Amino acid sequence: MNPRRQKRLAIVALVVSVVAGAVGLMLYALNQNIDLFYTPSEIIDGKQGTVPQVGQRLRIGGMVVPGSVKRNQETLAVSFDLVDTGPAVTVSYQGILPDLFREGQGIVATGVLTAANRIQAEEVLAKHDEEYMPPELAEKMKGIKHVKPDNLATGGH
Amino acid sequence: MWKWLNQYAKPEAAFNLCRRLLPWFGWLSGLCLTVGTVWGLAYAPADYQQGDSFRIIYIHVPSAILSMSGYAAMAVAALVGLVWQWRTAYMTMIAIAPVGAVVTFIALFTGAAWGKPMWGTWWVWDARLTSELILLFLYFGVIALYAAFDDKQQGGKAAGVMALVGVVNLPIIHFSVEWWNTLHQGATITKFGKPSIAPEMLWPLLINLLGMALFMAAVSVHRLQNEILRRELHRPWVMSLLHHNGEKSRAV
Repeated sequence: MNPRRQKRLAIVALVVSVVAGAVGLMLYALNQNIDLFYTPSEIIDGKQGTVPQVGQRLRIGGMVVPGSVKRNQETLAVSFDLVDTGPAVTVSYQGILPDLFREGQGIVATGVLTAANRIQAEEVLAKHDEEYMPPELAEKMKGIKHVKPDNLATGGH
Repeated sequence: MWKWLNQYAKPEAAFNLCRRLLPWFGWLSGLCLTVGTVWGLAYAPADYQQGDSFRIIYIHVPSAILSMSGYAAMAVAALVGLVWQWRTAYMTMIAIAPVGAVVTFIALFTGAAWGKPMWGTWWVWDARLTSELILLFLYFGVIALYAAFDDKQQGGKAAGVMALVGVVNLPIIHFSVEWWNTLHQGATITKFGKPSIAPEMLWPLLINLLGMALFMAAVSVHRLQNEILRRELHRPWVMSLLHHNGEKSRAV
């Protein structure tokens, strides 16, 4: 490479690495941000010593307690309990639940805390994993090592 | 190797290469996309959790992967333009840009359509979705910056710098699902180790991925030909080409 090209390549490399560094620092800073994400036991027992206030907006993530889902026959209103390791929190929601919503499934809900252990949710989101397989295979793997607790509880379909 | 590559810095050589490649890309992409899509939509088994809805994967995943590959290709063209100053480099860059933008849009759109029934929302501002949206804006930026200059060499330089700087976003998109707690699930096939998808579902996906790549290549190559002709219109080789084509069509 001739010197002029070398110089241009060096300039390009410098600019890109400076920008990469800047973006990296920015993302690192964003990572330190307070998140409004709580687990059910953190809502009841507090997170780092502070219990969320009634009326506060927050996100809650936990597992739907099997048998706790109550649907209103006339409307779209539904309520269910979420747990992680400790006490449960009841979530009420009005709307269509995602297809992946099942008892035993991990759920993220956004809403307002209306009582110490009740949340009125505006949005209920279901997360799924990166695995795709036909039902027969899932069934076959269920008995063996590939079991996920949430699939066991739902009968996985 | 360098010498062989260097000949395509000349617009005429690049044009002729494009003309030779185009039918291969075109026909093979048509074949792959047909086989992959029919296989994926009609014959692959349904997913144990998502049922038939998961089949949108056969459009979503290839376009999402290739939106990033397209950007990488565009950035390589920009680098060649900035450092080696090939005449054809910026033409290649701007030939790829709109193709990549459309593919990025397809990835975002099919992702939203998939997210609504499965996750329960069209859109969340999670790291994967947001960084992919930024990728779309980067494509727009490159196209707009190039179009803003009357002198296309200057425009190419400015857009090229933007394209190169935007490369920072590519690893962010890829690793976003690992670095942050996202609603989007982790990587299924673009990771080291065994893909977490059953083989009879994986094959049509890979075929569609190849087909989509060839389709992007075909459209980009065609756009590059047009770009070369537009920029070189006054050159003797284009004149004689047009003259020759005119003769041929008159003979028919």
